[in-house]
Amino acid sequence: MKIKILFFGIAKDIANKNAIEIEVNSMFNSVELKNLLKEKYPKFDTINDYSLAVNETYIDEVYSLKNNDVVAIIPPVSGG
Amino acid sequence: MKENISIKITSNKLNLQICNDFVQDDASGGIALFVGTVRNHTKGKKVKRLDFSAYEPMAIKEMNKIAEQALDKFSIHKIAIHHAIGNLKIGDVPVIIATSSAHREAAFKACQYAIDTLKETVPIWKKEYFEDGEVWVNSHP
Repeated sequence: MKIKILFFGIAKDIANKNAIEIEVNSMFNSVELKNLLKEKYPKFDTINDYSLAVNETYIDEVYSLKNNDVVAIIPPVSGG
Repeated sequence: MKENISIKITSNKLNLQICNDFVQDDASGGIALFVGTVRNHTKGKKVKRLDFSAYEPMAIKEMNKIAEQALDKFSIHKIAIHHAIGNLKIGDVPVIIATSSAHREAAFKACQYAIDTLKETVPIWKKEYFEDGEVWVNSHP
């Protein structure tokens, strides 16, 4: 299945792009996604832990992703 | 979005009068305003400017959630939450919160609740530029 990943804040600098699309097998969850990102971009290990949002909503620790989900990498926010 | 809620993210200058006028209400005895401003220092270092970016559609949703919670929790009549993105200089205004209520306590409390929660949940990020470099706020251990 296909997952779109959006990068924000420091994650955008690390990935050096706004978004990527990845192909993964079904039964892929948010923890596996974080591990995959760590492999692809080792610098993710050097920053504060980030949250994930799926289709514009924060998710809990383990979340089963679906085909065409849009996952946002949300480093600690600092608005205001 | 409810008619007593005004949410905005803009790369233009925020307008305090617009926020004030939005929450103005004949049944209200007061308006509380929080105006965030860009400070010239962080941990003793001189800040030159800030750059704000947002995951806009989600940030709008989260700001609307905060507004609805504030309306539920406190006896306020109206609320406006406006946030600026892009390059901001020292003294510029990245955020304005306005609330109105029959009695002042609710407006003050709702205003504080809204800015405190915004800083925890709304997907907006600030990069600080110093004389000798730049840093994403809250991003490093």
